[in-house]
Amino acid sequence: MSGPPLVELRDVTKVYGQGESEVRALAGANLRIDDGEFVAVMGASGSGKSTCLNVVGCLDQPTSGAYLFRGVDVGALDLDQLALLRKHYLGFVFQSYNLLARTTAVENVELPLIYRGVSASERRARAMQALSDVGLESRAKHTPAELSGGQQQRVAIARAIVTAPQMLLADEPTGNLDSARKVDIMNLLVDLNRTRKITIVMVTHEPDMAEYTTRTVLFKDGVVESDSKPGAEDRTVVRSGSDQSKGLP
Amino acid sequence: MIWATILMAIREIRRNTMRSILTTLGIVIGVGSVIAMVTLGRGATAKITADIASMGTNLLIVMPGAERRGPTSGAASPLKLDDARAIEREVAAVSKVAPTSGRSALVVYGNKNYNTGVTGTTNEYFAVRGFTMALGQSFSDAQLQGGTPVCILGATVRKELFGPQDPIGATLRVGAVPCTVVGVLSSKGQSTFGSDQDDFIVMPLSAFHRRIAGNTDVNTIFVSAVSDKATTKAKEQISLLMRERRHLAAAQQDDFMVQDMKEISKTLGNVTGALTALLGAIAGVSLLVGGIGIMNIMLVSVTERTREIGLRLAIGARGSEVLLQFLIEAITLSTLGGAIGVLFGLGISLAATRALKLPFTVVPDIILIAFAFSATVGVAFGFLPARKASRLNPIAALRHE
Ligand SMILES: Nc1ncnc2c1ncn2[C@@H]1O[C@H](COP(=O)(O)OP(=O)(O)OP(=O)(O)O)[C@@H](O)[C@H]1O
Ligand SMILES: [Mg+2]
Repeated sequence: MSGPPLVELRDVTKVYGQGESEVRALAGANLRIDDGEFVAVMGASGSGKSTCLNVVGCLDQPTSGAYLFRGVDVGALDLDQLALLRKHYLGFVFQSYNLLARTTAVENVELPLIYRGVSASERRARAMQALSDVGLESRAKHTPAELSGGQQQRVAIARAIVTAPQMLLADEPTGNLDSARKVDIMNLLVDLNRTRKITIVMVTHEPDMAEYTTRTVLFKDGVVESDSKPGAEDRTVVRSGSDQSKGLP
Repeated sequence: MIWATILMAIREIRRNTMRSILTTLGIVIGVGSVIAMVTLGRGATAKITADIASMGTNLLIVMPGAERRGPTSGAASPLKLDDARAIEREVAAVSKVAPTSGRSALVVYGNKNYNTGVTGTTNEYFAVRGFTMALGQSFSDAQLQGGTPVCILGATVRKELFGPQDPIGATLRVGAVPCTVVGVLSSKGQSTFGSDQDDFIVMPLSAFHRRIAGNTDVNTIFVSAVSDKATTKAKEQISLLMRERRHLAAAQQDDFMVQDMKEISKTLGNVTGALTALLGAIAGVSLLVGGIGIMNIMLVSVTERTREIGLRLAIGARGSEVLLQFLIEAITLSTLGGAIGVLFGLGISLAATRALKLPFTVVPDIILIAFAFSATVGVAFGFLPARKASRLNPIAALRHE
């Protein structure tokens, strides 16, 4: 049984500004991602990687083109339905972390669980587990201002994985880490992908990091220039975990 | 979910300590000052009204001298005892008439002396002015007619000269005249105008004329009208009678005055009404300033709040959930500030009314208005930017500058 793909972008454009200052961050991007994939998104700075990830993460709406999430046209959903989609399926690691100030690491990590109705004690336990997954359990009570850039980045990763989403979208999750930490985090992501069957889309500048993934998509000037999975448009991928095709809320 | 949201709102309040304190403070100051000012204004009004009522609202006061001195008028001739008798006899709307004459004198008892006013009058005076006897008796007919040197002490004079001792039967000297104390008046306290109404002694008018004044002039005639409503009519009739008795031609101005306490009380009522309005306006301004303070703090933090909302939306919150949290936060701060403000305002007005010896009355409608206003401002400016942010794309909210 093969349902629609997890993510399908069809000629997606995203235009910022108007007239002279118009920027086409995405200029007709086509991309298809299936369940269980671990995709590295690469490309020059300003090539539209973050914009694409925001669209895929339902944080932003395309200017034109269609985004189908498991066959459902995301453009037709209202704000509340988008919120539910994010809540039930998606986890996001921002390029700029976006941690709440004056709030401890563990409270930051707990935040998504509050909106999922998880009890306080279970929240704390799961948040601590996620923090120890990223090697930060000893910093649980520190606020972002008391953490290094790399530590903040790991808190952001912990916050994204604590909900065990179906798809994890990570915008340069290793950008601020030393090489040892990078390896740790990549191993963690690989493990999440393999054992928990989490589909991961990761933006990175480093070919080393892309090595860990199963597929590399290269962006240039707002379009997909190359894709390491040739014939991605043909449905030749080995699909993992069709049990995840729960359908939308 | 609601419970979790409430807890979250409370945590946010504590996380943003400074913002919360400043917001609350704005409301406290706004609500507190309005309540304090209006309560004080109302207290002053109530006090003045009560004072005037205690003087008797059907009181008329007849005095020599024109109300407005024209360039030609000389000193007006004094009133006489017969004027008082004529008023009592001929004016139907009048129930009691008390002619008085007074001057200040040194009163000596033992080794103590005290400077005070001496009033010569009749027993009607006590009824007209609302005094009762605290000790002893009012004057007997024999004392009134015979000019016996006896006196009744105001409460202040009694305290100054006798302290806790019983003054009845004691003899003191009023100027050079030995005088036996037959009674003590109950205390009326300070008048509206701040003078001590108990600082005087009373003698029979005949004794005052003969032994102290050396003439038979009457300074002031206190008149009680038969009823509250009869004062205007009584005033007219007294004026007519006095013009006749003082042989004034039709073209001549009055060379005497008939004052109506009710009119004075009306004038004072207007003044205190204006005072209350003024205080209310000042309070309104401080409420507004408090409101603007709240507004400022909320708007200054709008960027941070918008980003926070963007993040919450991005990690799976629905717009309504985020809004509920911000609404609870705004309501909590506003009610807290409002409640503290009410207590603060009532506390200040209680202290101030005590210090100024004014009656303290709680004015519920003002409390409500002040509370409602600041709560509205607090909620509106905490909530409206949040509502705007919650309708943005999460990315747009996160990128807010
Ligand atoms: N909110 C915005 N308003 C206007 N232009 C924008 C906005 N966001 C992105 N852009 C523009 O869109 C283009 C693509 O931006 P994007 O953030 O997707 O790049 P990126 O590939 O993630 O780059 P980097 O590797 O530096 O993160 C850039 O030219 C950027 O200037
Ligand atoms: Mg980027």
